[in-house]
Amino acid sequence: MSFIEIKDLCYSYSISPSENRMALNHVNLSVEEGEFVAVLGVNGSGKSTLAKHLNAILLPTSGSCCVAGMDTRKPEHLWDVRQTVGMVFQNPDNQIIAAIVEDDVAFGPENLGVPSDEIRSRVDEALKAVGMTEFHGFAPHLLSGGQKQRVAIAGTLAMRTKCLVLDEPTAMLDPVGRKEVLDTVRCLHRESGITVIYITHFMEEAAAAQRVVVMEDGKVVEDGSPKEIFCHVDAMRKRGLDVPLAAEIAWRLRKQGIRLPEDIVTDEELAVALCR
Amino acid sequence: MPIELKNVTYTYMKGTPFERTALKDVSLTIADGSLTAIAGHTGSGKSTLVQHLNGILHPTAGEVLVDGVSLAGKGKENLLARRQVGMVFQYPEQQLFEETVAADIAFGPKNLELSDEEIERRVRSAMEFVQLDYETYKDVSPFRLSGGQMRRVAIAGVLALEPAYLVLDEPTAGLDPQSREGLLRRIAELHRKKKLTIIFVSHNMEDIARMAERVVFMHDGRILVDAPPSEAFFADKEMREAGLAAPPTVALLSRLRDAGLAVEEDAFTADEAAKRIVKAIRKKGGATC
Repeated sequence: MSFIEIKDLCYSYSISPSENRMALNHVNLSVEEGEFVAVLGVNGSGKSTLAKHLNAILLPTSGSCCVAGMDTRKPEHLWDVRQTVGMVFQNPDNQIIAAIVEDDVAFGPENLGVPSDEIRSRVDEALKAVGMTEFHGFAPHLLSGGQKQRVAIAGTLAMRTKCLVLDEPTAMLDPVGRKEVLDTVRCLHRESGITVIYITHFMEEAAAAQRVVVMEDGKVVEDGSPKEIFCHVDAMRKRGLDVPLAAEIAWRLRKQGIRLPEDIVTDEELAVALCR
Repeated sequence: MPIELKNVTYTYMKGTPFERTALKDVSLTIADGSLTAIAGHTGSGKSTLVQHLNGILHPTAGEVLVDGVSLAGKGKENLLARRQVGMVFQYPEQQLFEETVAADIAFGPKNLELSDEEIERRVRSAMEFVQLDYETYKDVSPFRLSGGQMRRVAIAGVLALEPAYLVLDEPTAGLDPQSREGLLRRIAELHRKKKLTIIFVSHNMEDIARMAERVVFMHDGRILVDAPPSEAFFADKEMREAGLAAPPTVALLSRLRDAGLAVEEDAFTADEAAKRIVKAIRKKGGATC
């Protein structure tokens, strides 16, 4: 069984007494432990609804969602599921609650009843992992958006989560903050082998993942490596999505008769192909 | 008539231990009919700056004039000057509150005490402009709409006030690529067809490069660069100082240049960038270089 196993998952909610809307429509998806998966899709395609199933904020209307072998519908699994999967949302100001950075990071383990010297070491470790050690005594409102998101990530790490689900974590950040957050996530994935589910509208960020899942109308419609997904420029456009700039330019150059490999996604790859 | 900031300084929480000066002696004239982008990293002072443009904040020192009238006074004239400037905040869809789309858009004009006919005309025209069909959407709850549609409703609410100047703070943040493209096109059209003066704040260098006639980079409460995109994005030293990155097209082309392709770097769309590359390759006389 895979680490995350979603089988025939449907989620519907009522938009009026007589009408239901299917936000997720028979979704099947497996994610192995240690994978880095980007999820793309236009607003309203079901990305966030799917993410909220991964730590049982939402429960399936039908079908199932299993995390580390635990069925999220079983109430006895709830706390273990939440501890296994940490969520980071778009707005950093909505998820930081304490008046000091290290108190905020300690909030999770405190609620788990972890002994206090163990909390101390977990908090130090988590802040170190996101590069925020020197800010441990800061008030969160004095931090930049990127730093706040890194504190939010540290808060999930202190719970010893195995999987990090990030729902557009960079949408409200400036370019520097965006890079900080993406670099932190990549580093955690590389160094600690944490499983990452990363929802974004930035195609360049998705290109950093090992695997890209595209959603449309509550269904998974594409699933492949960034190279496999982003070489189909026309198909992505039709879905209202984009591709990384290098992929788009390579596609335009090929149309002009310039011979280039089909799988260019990064600036680096385009430079190598054009100037080898 | 322009918006003029004259030697504006703004200090938050003056006289407390938390005192912080967010704007330091900033002077800026926004010409009538122009399209200006303001960029800068978090804390650079850009949001403080735009909040001065319609009198949400008043300068600690200096003054802000709209059409020659100060925004600071309490008179009728000052009120009218503030009304000239429409403000679309970040994530404006969070401010929607009415039961129907039409009622939400009509809220502003109603407060201007206009006639019912005039209010309806403005609502129709604003909805038409943001491409929400009046008959289809007027009675729909704004909370049933997609993120992109909700943002268009919020923008229509400001357009219905028929301001002469429109200020937008991060108008495309959080939108998917298609909605973002659509919204940018609407904004460009407002500028072109309705001759609105537009000022927008953005973290997205690509949007700025494509849209703006003039770019203002803020850093540490001051204006660091004030130039057209074709110059601003090549001021490497200032951009680094301001913590900004070049638009993706410029970054890609300069990467190619470093790799040995003699390509011109001043392209702000994928199409232009591809053309520059083709030109550079043809010049070299090869299929690749």
